[in-house]
Amino acid sequence: MATVEVKDVTKYFGSTQVLRDVNVSIADGEFVVLVGPSGCGKSTLLRMIAGLENITGGTISIGGRVVNTVPPKDRDIAMVFQNYALYPHMTVFDNMAFSLKLANAPKEVMEEEVGRAAKILGLGQLLHRYPRQLSGGQRQRVAMGRAIVRNPQVFLFDEPLSNLDAKLRVAMRAEIKELHQRLKVTTVYVTHDQIEAMTMADKIVVMNHGVVEQIGPPLELYDRPNNLFVAGFIGSPAMNMIEGKIEGGAFRTADGAAWPLPPNGSGARPAEVIYGIRPEHLRLDPAGVPTTVQVVEPTGSETQVVLRHGEASMLGAFRERIAARHGDVLPVMPDPELVHLFDKQTGRRI
Amino acid sequence: MNTTPTAVAAAPTRWTPPRREETWIGWLLDWKPFLIVMCLLPAVGLLTVFLTYPLGLGIWLAFTDTTIGRRGIWVGLENFIWLFEDPIFWSAVFYSVFYTAIATIGKFALGLWLALLLNNHLPIKSFIRAIILLPWIVPTVLSAIAFWWIYDPQFSIISYVFVDVLGWRDTNIDFISTAWPARWSLIAANIWRGIPFVAISLLAGLQTIPPSLYEAALLDGSTPWQRFRYITVPMIMPILAIVMTFSIIFTFTDFQLVYAITRGGPVNSTHLLATLAFQRGIPGGQLGEGAAIAVSMIPFLVFATLFSYFALARRKWQQGEAND
Ligand SMILES: Nc1ncnc2c1ncn2[C@@H]1O[C@H](COP(=O)(O)OP(=O)(O)OP(=O)(O)O)[C@@H](O)[C@H]1O
Ligand SMILES: [Mg+2]
Repeated sequence: MATVEVKDVTKYFGSTQVLRDVNVSIADGEFVVLVGPSGCGKSTLLRMIAGLENITGGTISIGGRVVNTVPPKDRDIAMVFQNYALYPHMTVFDNMAFSLKLANAPKEVMEEEVGRAAKILGLGQLLHRYPRQLSGGQRQRVAMGRAIVRNPQVFLFDEPLSNLDAKLRVAMRAEIKELHQRLKVTTVYVTHDQIEAMTMADKIVVMNHGVVEQIGPPLELYDRPNNLFVAGFIGSPAMNMIEGKIEGGAFRTADGAAWPLPPNGSGARPAEVIYGIRPEHLRLDPAGVPTTVQVVEPTGSETQVVLRHGEASMLGAFRERIAARHGDVLPVMPDPELVHLFDKQTGRRI
Repeated sequence: MNTTPTAVAAAPTRWTPPRREETWIGWLLDWKPFLIVMCLLPAVGLLTVFLTYPLGLGIWLAFTDTTIGRRGIWVGLENFIWLFEDPIFWSAVFYSVFYTAIATIGKFALGLWLALLLNNHLPIKSFIRAIILLPWIVPTVLSAIAFWWIYDPQFSIISYVFVDVLGWRDTNIDFISTAWPARWSLIAANIWRGIPFVAISLLAGLQTIPPSLYEAALLDGSTPWQRFRYITVPMIMPILAIVMTFSIIFTFTDFQLVYAITRGGPVNSTHLLATLAFQRGIPGGQLGEGAAIAVSMIPFLVFATLFSYFALARRKWQQGEAND
């Protein structure tokens, strides 16, 4: 087990910059999730930690040792690829034992180590099969088994669940988390699915266009997003963003609606702001802003309603069942404590 | 004026696709045995006319004493008995096998090496790839003539370089005027000609190997040799087997190179079975005997085909549903 330290890392592919001054420090045994939209450089960063891409600038250290020039095999890491990268011509056993075989380990050691990993993952019955003869979830497990057999300092996962169907994904999510709790190996996990990130991570790194937008525990990102990007990316359904101005102790839109300001921080506020409310933080309140119902989507556990006030469209998620119809007027009000304000110019939280 | 509403009222009967009548033609076309026969007929016909007929005629001739201009009679195995006692025939058998074996080894060693090189990210890769196809694009006879010049006792460019330019030798190199040098020279020419086919086919095979397998092996701690040995080799085995089968067949039945460069000489030392068959049959006029030599190639080719049949049999790891 080891710490991972990413310091001022930049990456160029030719003349295109893919990562810019990335700083992430990962504690021993921590489960860190890199999350961000497609193409933001998550895989690139992971592959740089693995040693599969070279580092243009900055340093990456594993267990306190700078590994910039250390070849992948000497970094003591194991990686689970998105397509699993199982050797198709080897049985499950041989796939899992391959690293030991390369190191000329005796047969008993191979059997013992593979047996241990197979037991953890419930692969005992499948050891003599070829990857082609396995289901997606089983292949995924074999790929993890291959990583476990290595007994690495750090586990790297690159979107390991994206090829699975929704139900299996939820099951494997729990399985990977359980595995981590059991083995307590430092893990870096890449995904573009914020739910996966929220549910699995000790710490989330939100990336966008090659920059780290925010790093923090899942609930901190949810409660205090640093900027508009994180606010929009974390949380599902996504946060409502309304444009307007702060005037006379309230937030006012061009359409004349007045929303309450959060109590804290009455310091210097820019004139143009963006008002963020999560759908689940909107309440029905007779004294609230009158909005028109556009669409009602009952999911059973809650009712999601698309609301409109003038130009501003927003989503409300209510625990109570609402018998509203298109065109009805619902007065809504956010909990002022849970409102987020952002500078329209810089996108930063205020 | 009141007719429109009735028309509208009639419209709601929804359009349904007309039921297709069962005709005997439809029935016949649905009947599998008939379809199989119909679909196979053109292919079988073409094969019969253009493959089976000449092959059958050749085999028939092998059992007759036909010469050019005279219809032969059935002589049974006499041609083969003759051949059995003919040292030139046995020398051709030997050289055919030797030629095929050495040339195949050479082509595959160099072809695989080239393919591995081209599979890396070289700056001028596409240029090399285009160049590499040249020996294959040039008609064989043309390249044979080129080699004929290269191997010429007096005007050979190689001799010129070694003797006149570098001054490493005093005499011209003997390429094709004595038996063994001639044999090796022809093999070299055949390898030169065969490399593109092997290299390009194997390159295609190499490119089907997902790069992530190599990356996984890299993380698993493999050396370059181990990656070649445990990933590249098993993964290109299927295509290697096909390419090798074709290559063996083409090499064993080679004619043009040898005939254009040495005509089987000096003193019949470089005859392949194909050139010997032609020599005996056409210029020599002994059609029956030539045919018998050609027919005697069949067992070797059958062996090569069987080799392919077993080597190509789908490996176990390729079987099963691929659900990706
Ligand atoms: N070998 C390469 N050469 C040039 N550009 C590359 C290369 N690999 C990746 N890129 C670029 O780098 C950027 C980041 O790629 P990366 O694969 O890290 O994205 P990602 O965050 O993993 O996205 P996804 O969620 O789609 O996997 C992309 O814009 C991509 O086009
Ligand atoms: Mg990726």
